[in-house]
Amino acid sequence: MPEVTMTVNGKPASGEVEGRTLLVQFLREDLNLTGTHVGCDTSQCGACVVHVDGQAVKACTMLAAEADGAEVTTIEGMAAPDGTLDRVQEAFKEHHGLQCGFCTPGMVMSAAALLRDTPKPTEAEVREYLEGNICRCTGYHNIVKAIMAASGQEVSALAAE
Amino acid sequence: MYNFDFVKPSSIKEAVEALGTEEAQALGGGQTLIPTMKQRLAMPAKLVSLSGIAEMKGVGKNAAGELVVGGATPHATVEREAGDYPALAELARHIGDPAVRNRGTIGGSLANNDPSACYPAAVLGSGATVVTSNREIAADDFFEGMFTNALEDGEIITEVRFPIPQAANYQKFEQPASRFALVGVFVAKLKDGVRVAVTGASEEGVFRWGEAEKALSSDFSPSAVEGLSVSADGMIADLHGSAAYRAHLVGVLTKRAVAAAG
Repeated sequence: MPEVTMTVNGKPASGEVEGRTLLVQFLREDLNLTGTHVGCDTSQCGACVVHVDGQAVKACTMLAAEADGAEVTTIEGMAAPDGTLDRVQEAFKEHHGLQCGFCTPGMVMSAAALLRDTPKPTEAEVREYLEGNICRCTGYHNIVKAIMAASGQEVSALAAE
Repeated sequence: MYNFDFVKPSSIKEAVEALGTEEAQALGGGQTLIPTMKQRLAMPAKLVSLSGIAEMKGVGKNAAGELVVGGATPHATVEREAGDYPALAELARHIGDPAVRNRGTIGGSLANNDPSACYPAAVLGSGATVVTSNREIAADDFFEGMFTNALEDGEIITEVRFPIPQAANYQKFEQPASRFALVGVFVAKLKDGVRVAVTGASEEGVFRWGEAEKALSSDFSPSAVEGLSVSADGMIADLHGSAAYRAHLVGVLTKRAVAAAG
């Protein structure tokens, strides 16, 4: 079986995988990083979004072998080592950007990728960027609000829907 | 998904060699192939990843002034770097979602030739050239119907060369669940005439709408298409839209594309 080596959340990680092993399987089952969720397993829902070399990707639709040599960041790598939450996580908490929480890891990873490329997105840009992240609880409103707040923008003006 | 051997060559030559064995399959970004394999609709014995081949990535211009997109270039890169061909960059910006665009590639999309994919419309509508590991294929000769094309076993799309039109636009009417094109129309005004390519509509995959091309070549305005219609025969019919609805959308989207292209 091929051996893969990658950097996950700043730490070296390696293991033997099958050709068919998905990145999300390697993260969850081999590295026990179960924060990355599998929702639909068909690249629709976005619960499995992680960053590979800084790019948001759906870990259920990428082979672990394809991430050999890559830098991977999962939801577990977002908070500082002392537990201080990342600004996006903090904003989700503050603005109640979740209900059941299943989609949240993917939402946070997508939002972080958006804010890196677009530091001050409009509300419409946030909604468009989240096209591949499905939440069945919140109606998205507080998620959008949290991301706007994380970008340092005023959110009191966002009307409740 | 059944297991397979995985190889990741770093040159086109090595990839062609690796694909020379029985039941080997090229892997682009995997955004269609991996879900297909999960359903066991495809079960290659070997996957040859094209993602490690630097010479197949990126967007540039050649001496002829064509926009050249490497076959393994992800949609997100085209979205960012195809500024010389804005209609193409805009098309790439609306494929799938951001995470899918970071993995999915132009070569993968064309090799698969999904009847509802966006890129086939741009390639056929621009009269682009598909360059493979052993030849150049004109867009008019490349697409051969739903999920089929001129590629032979083991042949790799290394780059796509787009002539840059004087004006162009792509209008996509999204299937609301999948975000694939229920119907998409790509209109390009080139120096030797107008081309109109339609995706999502026909059972035969992407096609050119000759009647509209003729009308628009003499008068590039939405009114030139007024009164023209495509037949509903052979159009896709499913729970998202009837054949007649898709045929109607072809006319509507063509007009919108011409209006937007200016």
